[in-house]
Amino acid sequence: MTMAETVTNGHTQTYVGTRTIRPDGVDKVTGRARFGADFSLPGQLIGRVLRSPHAHARILSIDVSRAAALPGVKAIVTRDDFADQPSEFIPAGEMMINYKDLVRNVMAREKVLYEGHAVAAVAATSVAIARRALKLIDVKYEVLPHVIDVVDAMRPDAPLLHDDLYTDGVEPKPEKPSNVAKRVEITLGDIEAGFQKADVIIEREFRTAPVHQGYIEPHAALASVSEDGSTELWCSTQGHFLVRAHCARLLGIDIGRVRVTASEIGGGFGGKTIVYLEPLAMALSRKAKRPVKMVMSREEVFKASGPTSGATVRVKLGATKEGRFTAAFAELKYQAGAFQGSPVQPGVMCAFAPYDIEHVKVIGYDVVSNRPKVAAYRAPGAPISEYAVESVVDELAKKLDIDPIDLRLQNAAREGTKAAYGPKFGPIGLEETLNAVKKTEHWNAPLRKWQGRGVASGFWFNIGGETCLSLTVNEDGTVSLMAGTPDIGGLRASLAMVAADELGIPFEKVRPIIGDTGSLGFTFLTGGSRSTFSGSLAVVEAAKQIKTELCARAAKLWDLKPTQVEFAGGHVKPIGDVADKFKPMSVADFAKVAGKTGGPIGGYGRINAQGAGPSFGTHLVDLEVDPETGRVTILRYTVAQDAGRAIHPSYVEGQFQGGAAQGIGWALNEEYVYGPDGKMQNAGFLDYRMPVASDLPMIDAILVEVANPRHPYGVRGVGETPIVPPLAAVANAMEGATGIRFTELPMSPPKVLKALKERGLNKA
Amino acid sequence: MAKHHIEATVNGDAVEFLCETEDTLLDVLRDTLQLTGSKEGCASGDCGACSVTLDGRLVCACLVLGCEIGGRRIETIEGMARGETLHPLQQQFLENAALQCGICTPGFLVASKALLERTPDPTETEIRYWLAGNLCRCTGYDKIVSAVMDAAATMRKG
Repeated sequence: MTMAETVTNGHTQTYVGTRTIRPDGVDKVTGRARFGADFSLPGQLIGRVLRSPHAHARILSIDVSRAAALPGVKAIVTRDDFADQPSEFIPAGEMMINYKDLVRNVMAREKVLYEGHAVAAVAATSVAIARRALKLIDVKYEVLPHVIDVVDAMRPDAPLLHDDLYTDGVEPKPEKPSNVAKRVEITLGDIEAGFQKADVIIEREFRTAPVHQGYIEPHAALASVSEDGSTELWCSTQGHFLVRAHCARLLGIDIGRVRVTASEIGGGFGGKTIVYLEPLAMALSRKAKRPVKMVMSREEVFKASGPTSGATVRVKLGATKEGRFTAAFAELKYQAGAFQGSPVQPGVMCAFAPYDIEHVKVIGYDVVSNRPKVAAYRAPGAPISEYAVESVVDELAKKLDIDPIDLRLQNAAREGTKAAYGPKFGPIGLEETLNAVKKTEHWNAPLRKWQGRGVASGFWFNIGGETCLSLTVNEDGTVSLMAGTPDIGGLRASLAMVAADELGIPFEKVRPIIGDTGSLGFTFLTGGSRSTFSGSLAVVEAAKQIKTELCARAAKLWDLKPTQVEFAGGHVKPIGDVADKFKPMSVADFAKVAGKTGGPIGGYGRINAQGAGPSFGTHLVDLEVDPETGRVTILRYTVAQDAGRAIHPSYVEGQFQGGAAQGIGWALNEEYVYGPDGKMQNAGFLDYRMPVASDLPMIDAILVEVANPRHPYGVRGVGETPIVPPLAAVANAMEGATGIRFTELPMSPPKVLKALKERGLNKA
Repeated sequence: MAKHHIEATVNGDAVEFLCETEDTLLDVLRDTLQLTGSKEGCASGDCGACSVTLDGRLVCACLVLGCEIGGRRIETIEGMARGETLHPLQQQFLENAALQCGICTPGFLVASKALLERTPDPTETEIRYWLAGNLCRCTGYDKIVSAVMDAAATMRKG
């Protein structure tokens, strides 16, 4: 092996930073890997969900008697099969869970609150029988007026979704319930004073549409509950420990009796951090005493699983004529869907985070309406608020006749900047990403008529959190690595590389797996860009235990003091004046004699990871507008982002590229389209238009590495930031191509054509 | 109505099965023949995750009925590798990191193989338009396109 070795903080890096072949790869290119819908059990039943045809209605009665009488129907569950839950907030992912709401979202109780809301579920011996049974369930509704738009939902006379929802965060406490669940605010300095110092102020209002995470694999679950309540559950999830917690709670079973195995996961992007089918499959299995398998259709995925918020955002930004920002204000109104809990809080915190501004105020509203309850989506909340801010920054650059990258550099947050949301930043890489983009050939390439170039930056916090991971040295010196975070895009490769480097063994000798909930202690989900950051810290901890143990065993074998041995370069060696007395022993050497030197060898990382470094990125896009159709073609795209340290550069680039593609879809085409009846009109991949291969160019990825000082290798999370800049980058490029400042997403062909026509520009 | 009795060839093996009229080829492959490598992402022919070839022609298995395939030849992802040797496309998908979650990968591989059998030296544009019927939400397609180009180059060398 002729790999270059680097050493950081005493950690030798043979594999970290290289492009290994992922250990789970062969199974995924041969069709062998088992995803959510690929599991089956003997005797399993098929479960199907009856869903609300109405956007808002009171459930007067549910009669299942005719369905229950159908031969082949083995169980039916409704609201009566789930105990009500108290209203309390519990952390889950980057959002908070209220079980009172969750139990109502998985199965409607008093009312249905959106089209597609689950009303009953059936388990039968075949799909055909389950479908027939759904038609025999008689639900009587009293249809109520509905409200879809966020601004409409905030009006005092809007139809109320929840009689007991009083706006939190306002003084005095409101006397009447409303659809506004919460008002949040952050303040730094005094914006009035700040705006008085401004030579130029720009104020704009923006609208974004709700978009779906769009994972290609629909939700799937297979549950088997035995007579004593012991439960096995296989499902596609970003966090099987949270699935266990939610299901145990909703079904009233001890957590220890529920064993959840995460299947391979076919995309999540935040959308698989919550439960939908899992508790229903469990409740049906508990009744039928047989395994129950449930898989959503694509229509169900769109109508009944979380998109992210659509929003209305007002931004006001002031600057001196030299381009120094003096004050910033934003007001964010985010749709939460049917239950409170939009990502407005992170939206508020992220809005101006890329900039060093003395006076900042951001207000946010979390608003319910008759749509599916939103779920996390990659940097939840941030793309929306940062889109609005980055659009205004671009407009300001134009007005002041300052290069948009230079304007950002002049105001960029750097080490020591106090962010409006609270902390002082440590070492961060925003300036580096701006400079990296500025240096590209792309930035100075010529453009033709109807072509435009846009730039935008973005920020996301990243998190750490509870993480367990085991390393076991096998008899032949190979190492089994078990992690508790589902591998959604190369995690196993990254963790195995770190383990190989820590133990000084070949990468191929480490076999990583994702353990079930019975195999490890509580491990938080794959989300918040945490799994590589936290998982690699847990690997370092587990490896340290192994190294310490091996040193102790060597000292005993060689009859030396503990201070006379050390672990280096994959071996335990005697050091000092005994250095040449004994032959160094590798991990494999110890494995062979494990039974005679103290028994099995292993380490268990059990950490609450802290110090996740935020990641900043800057995107650059060229596009062309067809003035006759309004269609926009992305011509060229460059992403620069601070990865801290890219453990596996290819999979880091992949995060950059994939996030950019999702952001482009958000900017140009994706949206939930509702009719006046409150029903979604485009619940399929033909009409909900995600980018396909022919919509996109190659996406150049520039890895910026400003080491995170809180991680031994310098790692930062990278997964979420890439979806933040594209919305504004594309909008800014549209302004360059057409001279029109688009303030509403998506900039789909009909909207673009309309705008061009209004200005008499729709001729080539 | 009685089930249909169908005999066909799947990945070179003779198979026979019973199916309902409404069962799709994808239902038959996944549920009856236990070949779960072909994935269901939409059941409407929009995502390409169930791409297979039918007498050499690329189709979405969710848009073909099981009872239509009597006497015909189906190739799925499970038939792509030869013994221990991965197909050059499979190898290049791994080397290019052309998959993140991997759910769309079988469909992309089957579709790409069908492309390279017709067009051994495709341009980037030809690859992008041929694969426009396969959705990937993770990668932004960049590394998939690179993998197909690299595999094409490998295969041209023989």
